[in-house]
Amino acid sequence: MLGLNKKDTSLLIIVALLTLLAPFILNPFPEGSAMAQFNAGYPDLMQRFVIFGIFAIGFNILFGLTGYLSFGHAAFLGVGSYSAVWMFKLLSYNVIPAIALSVVVAGLFSLLIGFVSLRRSGIYFSILTLAFAQMSFALAYSVLSNPKFNLTNGETGLQVYADDPQILQGANSPDLPHLFGLPMRATYTMDVGAWSFDFNAGYYLCAVIMMVVFYLAIRIFRSPFGMMLRAVKSNQQRMNYTGLNSKPYTLAAFVISGMYAGLAGGLMAAMDPLAGAERMQWTASGEVVLMTILGGTGTLIGPVLGAGFIKYFENIFSKINDNVLHSWFAFLPDGLEDAVVFLIHPFIGKGWHLTLGILFMLVVIYLPGGLVEGGQRLLKRFKRKKKDTDDAPSGKTEPAE
Amino acid sequence: MAILRVKDVSKRFGGLKALTDVNLNVEENSVHAIIGPNGAGKSTLLNCLVGKLMPDTGSVLFNNNSVLGLEPFQINQMGISRVFQTPEIFGELTVMENMLIPIFAMRDGAFRMHAYETIANEREVVEQAEAMLEEMNMADKREMNAASLSRGDKRRLEIGMCLSQNPRLLLLDEPTAGMARADTNNTIDLLKQIKDERDITIAIIEHDMHVVFSLAERITVLAQGTPLVEDTPENIRGNPKVREAYLGETAA
Amino acid sequence: MDAILLQILNGLDKGSAYALIALGLTLIFGTLGVVNFAHGALFMIGAFCAVTLQKLLNLSFETLDETQKDFLGNPLKVETPYVEYWFGPEVGATIIDWSVPLAILFAIPVMLLVGYVMERGLIKHFYKRPHADQILVTFGLAIVLQEIVKYFFGANPIQTPPPDALSGSVDLGIMVGFDPNAIIYPIWRLVYFGFAVGIIGAVFSFLQFTTFGMVVRAGMADRETVGLLGINIDRRFTIMFGIAAAVAGLAGVMYGPLNPPNYHMGMDFLVLSFVVVVVGGMGSLPGAVLAGFLLGILESFASTTWATTTIPGINQIIIYLVAIIVLLTRPRGLMGRKGVMEE
Repeated sequence: MLGLNKKDTSLLIIVALLTLLAPFILNPFPEGSAMAQFNAGYPDLMQRFVIFGIFAIGFNILFGLTGYLSFGHAAFLGVGSYSAVWMFKLLSYNVIPAIALSVVVAGLFSLLIGFVSLRRSGIYFSILTLAFAQMSFALAYSVLSNPKFNLTNGETGLQVYADDPQILQGANSPDLPHLFGLPMRATYTMDVGAWSFDFNAGYYLCAVIMMVVFYLAIRIFRSPFGMMLRAVKSNQQRMNYTGLNSKPYTLAAFVISGMYAGLAGGLMAAMDPLAGAERMQWTASGEVVLMTILGGTGTLIGPVLGAGFIKYFENIFSKINDNVLHSWFAFLPDGLEDAVVFLIHPFIGKGWHLTLGILFMLVVIYLPGGLVEGGQRLLKRFKRKKKDTDDAPSGKTEPAE
Repeated sequence: MAILRVKDVSKRFGGLKALTDVNLNVEENSVHAIIGPNGAGKSTLLNCLVGKLMPDTGSVLFNNNSVLGLEPFQINQMGISRVFQTPEIFGELTVMENMLIPIFAMRDGAFRMHAYETIANEREVVEQAEAMLEEMNMADKREMNAASLSRGDKRRLEIGMCLSQNPRLLLLDEPTAGMARADTNNTIDLLKQIKDERDITIAIIEHDMHVVFSLAERITVLAQGTPLVEDTPENIRGNPKVREAYLGETAA
Repeated sequence: MDAILLQILNGLDKGSAYALIALGLTLIFGTLGVVNFAHGALFMIGAFCAVTLQKLLNLSFETLDETQKDFLGNPLKVETPYVEYWFGPEVGATIIDWSVPLAILFAIPVMLLVGYVMERGLIKHFYKRPHADQILVTFGLAIVLQEIVKYFFGANPIQTPPPDALSGSVDLGIMVGFDPNAIIYPIWRLVYFGFAVGIIGAVFSFLQFTTFGMVVRAGMADRETVGLLGINIDRRFTIMFGIAAAVAGLAGVMYGPLNPPNYHMGMDFLVLSFVVVVVGGMGSLPGAVLAGFLLGILESFASTTWATTTIPGINQIIIYLVAIIVLLTRPRGLMGRKGVMEE
């Protein structure tokens, strides 16, 4: 289907089903129950899942295929957000031109930065991208925000004001981001018994876009171009002596991933029409690195899993506090209960970053293939066990190895 | 007609003269070996031919076009393929993909943004790659990771990758270095077969006299960065100057 | 003239910190071949060694002074630090006052231990792995260290004042014949600069004049050959890592009085220090030091009112700008050697 082989088609269908049914899947617990805190089916959280999914899918096209580790991709995300908000300010609140411009501007910006950074490879490349991103952050935060020339509105962040031109804004169109009149905040809540499911317009726009770019990512992975990118990672010397110029291949991957980041940034602004410089900081670049590695570098589904995993647990962990822990471990004897809560305390609430850091280190050390590799290993072990039990009767007749 | 003409090439590294006025002609469809003791400048010369090093003076003409100042990929696109001393292959890719890449490079040039096509739909390229794997006796290993191949198979794969581009000139840099006797003989047989079946020029840099005398039609002896003598294998064998500079040394 | 001199002096303190961190980064990279993204965290841990010692010295017990009353008429509660109780009020107060310099003694064993544990426990397993993996795992470690410090010390900066005798400023201008008040310079900055020069001198003489240092330098020049000589490189790597950690830590200890330490100071310095290393030339120790001071001074010039009114915010991007220009025009950096990390 769609030019994909069977395996990829089923992967795409699974991802499509999961994203379309996410409002159900992420809200498995009835409203008001003790487990409701594990629900994740809120519009803004679901939007973050898919937006960061897009960001990570794009990053993986660069890092997963070519092996070039960029520490500056948040710059493209930020540029995308700024472009989108500028479209809101100048044209109208319709999200289509905003998203389109954010992709184009991020593409051009990444072409410029990529052209310069890719003159070096390895760690130099990582540091160059880091330097560029930090520079972009400083530019957005202060340099490009002064009375004479205010492109970013500095610390406050760029937003739409009442006196902005908005030349295409119709009299009747909503005064917030919308898709041809459908506000991004529009949410239909469906109540089924004790359960409650939110269907949000913004989420579905992001979800559809994610499926499209996920499909494009599959095409890139399976294309001759994708194979060349893996060749860049594998052996650039052989590549050059095989008549291939590795530079434009890497640059193309860089620009594509920059456009994915810009798209994610544009969508962020489309969900909430605000763009701030902190989106460009290198910790934000680090976050997409974490997502990709945690999920599984170089795999198709890994980055999406990683983005979802991090954003989900970030949300859950920040909600857990000592009271919650005490209620969980209430079955333990008092002294033991306090001890357990005391031990877990540093890792929850504001300690989420500590947990994430440790988890990330463990993955890099023991599971370089991320969650995907972990899943495969589990599956293999499970299959082997099953096979062992199946083979058990016939195994007796054969000599032991 | 000489397909490769090296004229007055010199190369210095700091105070060290690596090559001094090297003149060398490789005739079309011949097998030409370049031999010499360690430090004679064989590798430097090879690197000057493929774009890795830029000679200080002199010219290198391939098919009457200068290759100097060109990038390795441009020289490859002119029709020179290189086999490395330790096999350079795409270790993380499958054997089949290793074979596909040079064929794509032949068809599409140094860069093409074919990001929306699917490899499986490129019938012609796939068929060529399959045929080449067949010819290299590696069809059964097509889905293996190239890194997991044996040393001899890696060498076969690399030679196959080069041949799949139908190069006019095949450069081999000590293709049997570090190989066991059996693998060496296999490689010799493979190269003989290539020489017999194809219109191809082979230039080979080699240490192993057994390989050189089994394959070469012309031999250039390099000593201290300059060609000592160039002749047929029979005459080289009897040449006292060569014996002194090179063969004598190994015989001793 | 005096204005220029003032800006140069103003750049020295940050420049010293850059130079010291970059020196450690280069030592680790040059000997172990590891790119250590957690090096900034070591700097931060050093600064928090000073914080910890300060807190320890200020540990007090409470007594009731019956002779004095507080405003409610109750006996006044008096906090007496244990050190004052043990050593007498005067000596005790002096010890507390000098807590930052004293923290050097406290930080050296702590940093060596941290470095040892880090190298043996983690870095060792990454010698053979790609640079990307090294960056990733040390990046993760940096997050973890930073979060641990945040957990114990909170997110707000903590004041670590210099000793009374070394706080305040001196008029340097008069000494070299300028008008009075032309160059007023905080004493602690001078101390920090002197301290940095001392450490740098110590590291260089250690590498220059000891057999150990000779082996390390040879290792930086050609790791394989030294390995072939049968010298136990492994143990030396560990020691080298400990030294680099101690250098970064000491730089942090003494930096506290200039800028109150907070948990993310390491990350802030790390990014800039990496840029410094690259500008100086990967693997070149003198390059790291030179670039550290140069960029510190450059940053100080870019922070002048004249510069920031001409190009707003230039002080925040100048280092990156310079790094990009240097990398593009002279990829090896100011003093980089051929062949280091070129492929």
